[in-house]
Amino acid sequence: MFPSADGEVRALDRVNLEIGRGEFVSFIGPSGCGKTSFLRLVAGLEHPTGGELEVNGLSPDEARQSRAYGYVFQAAGLLPWRTIARNIALPLEIMGYSRAEQKDRIARVLSLVELDGFGRKFPWQLSGGMQQRASIARALSFDADLLLMDEPFGALDEIVRDRLNGQLRDLWKRTEKTIAFVTHSILEAVYLSTRIVVMSPRPGRIHRVIESTLPDERPLDIRDSPEFATLAHEVREGLRAGHSYDA
Amino acid sequence: MMRSLSRHFLPVLTVVLLLVAVWYAAAVAMNAKWTLDQAERADRSVAPAELVRDTLSQDRPKLPAPHQIAGELWDTTVGKKITSKRSLVYHAWITLSATLSGFVIGTVLGIVLAIGIVHSRSMDLSVMPWAIASQTVPILALAPMIIVVLNSVGVTGLLPKATISAYLSFFPVVVGMVAGLRSPDRLQLDLLRTYHADRSQAFRKLRWPASVPYLFTSLKVGIAASLIGAIVGELPTGAVAGLGARLLAGSYYGQTVQIWSALFAAALLAALLVGLLGLIQRITLHRMGAMER
Repeated sequence: MFPSADGEVRALDRVNLEIGRGEFVSFIGPSGCGKTSFLRLVAGLEHPTGGELEVNGLSPDEARQSRAYGYVFQAAGLLPWRTIARNIALPLEIMGYSRAEQKDRIARVLSLVELDGFGRKFPWQLSGGMQQRASIARALSFDADLLLMDEPFGALDEIVRDRLNGQLRDLWKRTEKTIAFVTHSILEAVYLSTRIVVMSPRPGRIHRVIESTLPDERPLDIRDSPEFATLAHEVREGLRAGHSYDA
Repeated sequence: MMRSLSRHFLPVLTVVLLLVAVWYAAAVAMNAKWTLDQAERADRSVAPAELVRDTLSQDRPKLPAPHQIAGELWDTTVGKKITSKRSLVYHAWITLSATLSGFVIGTVLGIVLAIGIVHSRSMDLSVMPWAIASQTVPILALAPMIIVVLNSVGVTGLLPKATISAYLSFFPVVVGMVAGLRSPDRLQLDLLRTYHADRSQAFRKLRWPASVPYLFTSLKVGIAASLIGAIVGELPTGAVAGLGARLLAGSYYGQTVQIWSALFAAALLAALLVGLLGLIQRITLHRMGAMER
């Protein structure tokens, strides 16, 4: 529950979910369904008024203190006075990695997000999509097993988003991370996820959980397949049944 | 580079020429009465050409002509030994040393207060109103008291003037730095929380670098205020030394040319200091990745 101008607002209610290691779980729903709140609860950035929440067997706060997750925000949030490499070094500096170790890790995550050679650029010299990739590299740099992503591609155009979706999918398979991904794009959710959590608003609830039937190998044109269309339809039906389309 | 120079140079030159022309006209108009009075006393008439020549070369004109001030400036800077008490460079140095000392004290004080205000709610509530109140007291009323009180406890010379400079210059630094240290947005602060950064790390990695552009803006206002403080601080000491002393001595003896040349020296000094800070600002912000303009 969060206090608001007119009393308290119940942002999330009776949410029950378990995310397994190595899963890619998307949270989809209209604005105000509490998907971002859920992610912030997992991250220990907000605190629930009730209920139990464990991250790797720890409380969210303990998980945050043990740097168990990397968080990617809607905006890249790169510090403008630091180069891309130094931005990626930010968490490493705070966590006390040695200079040499920092250098190794920066090079590794830069190539992971295909930004080799951009380390010395300042953020304003990069496009929005590249900035967001840099922010993903920053979240990957300290080897957290869990990646929390809050509409990371929401502000980007569709062409860039398609490419980044493909790259993120590859990255997930190579690194075997667990990813919790908030979005309000049905395409994105179906394409990326092993499981799709459909949420409904006021108060935020989990309406349905849909297991993906898509194969592990997912080229971008899988989105033209009948299987993909069926899943997308299922998600859309879930959103409709959860009154997500009632204005 | 050359093009932008000529683009800026021409309008500036035009304005300067216009100002000088207006000034000469005003000098003739304002100084004419004295010349006419003298002529009347000597019971002779004055031709217009003579009138103009005389109004621009009086010893104690109401408004000295630009070339008179320029001549006095040249004479008292290049024409005198720097150690001489009649050298404007000597007096400017006295004022500059007080300005810089006060500026450093004021800046450090301002930054320390801003850090306190940003990190402590009780300091936020208690210090800020006093800082604002301190600037509502007219400095002309306060300066003599500071000088007298410090003199009575044996502190003389540079420090009392520097105190007044610091008193004026800490304020823009406090206001600017509080805004600067609070400028990081919610996302940036949340980001550091996800790294479990402590307050000192958040300060060093986020708040401090984010406040640097604000700091430079404050410093430019602060250094100008410091210079004013130092000059005002030189007035009640009985015109011993410094640009303020030259102003006061000039007004005692009706030496308007001396007053104006001291004023110009002060203005040049201020421009020089602000320009120097601007240069440091550009270099620093460039190294911090600021976009080229």
